[in-house]
Amino acid sequence: MLDIIISIFLILGAGFALVGSIGLARLPDFYTRLHGPTKATTLGLGGLLIASMLYFSSRGDVSLHELLVTMFLFMTAPVSAHLLAKAALHLRVRAEVDLPKNDD
Amino acid sequence: MLATAVLIAMVLVILALVLNIWRVVIGPDTTDRILALDTLYINSIALLVLLGIHMTSAAYFEAALLIAMIGFIGTTALCKYLLRGDIIE
Repeated sequence: MLDIIISIFLILGAGFALVGSIGLARLPDFYTRLHGPTKATTLGLGGLLIASMLYFSSRGDVSLHELLVTMFLFMTAPVSAHLLAKAALHLRVRAEVDLPKNDD
Repeated sequence: MLATAVLIAMVLVILALVLNIWRVVIGPDTTDRILALDTLYINSIALLVLLGIHMTSAAYFEAALLIAMIGFIGTTALCKYLLRGDIIE
């Protein structure tokens, strides 16, 4: 039973990671491409880490150090996305719609 | 059952890695390449976690944590460089 739950989390997590990367490869401009990796891929990794947590907990001791990686990634992914968007706006990277006016 | 699921997940993640490398190669802007590298390290953490389950060894988490930290620092440093032309002011 636990095997089935772990397998579902594994496939879901890897699927989300793949969807994020397809978004990165396929979407038309940088600002839309920013959505795929920062949301879907991070969520997919969260699923994989839950699966790994369940797997190693089922083999004896409760295993929680995956939680560290999850927390760290969930804290840093928005920060790096924000910095990337700021850098792209600063460099005036090409977009499908008009960029907002620079007011600095 | 679980071994098959791990293998399928590995194939999906490797496909994701190939797509990321393609985006690193074709660009077209510097920010695109930084974003692709950012996704690349997140996917490599996913591959390491899967390898840990495949080999039933908990030793891969330290590596995953290290990659997470160094990858974030790298992305931040590159963005700072693009924004300010300098990393530590």
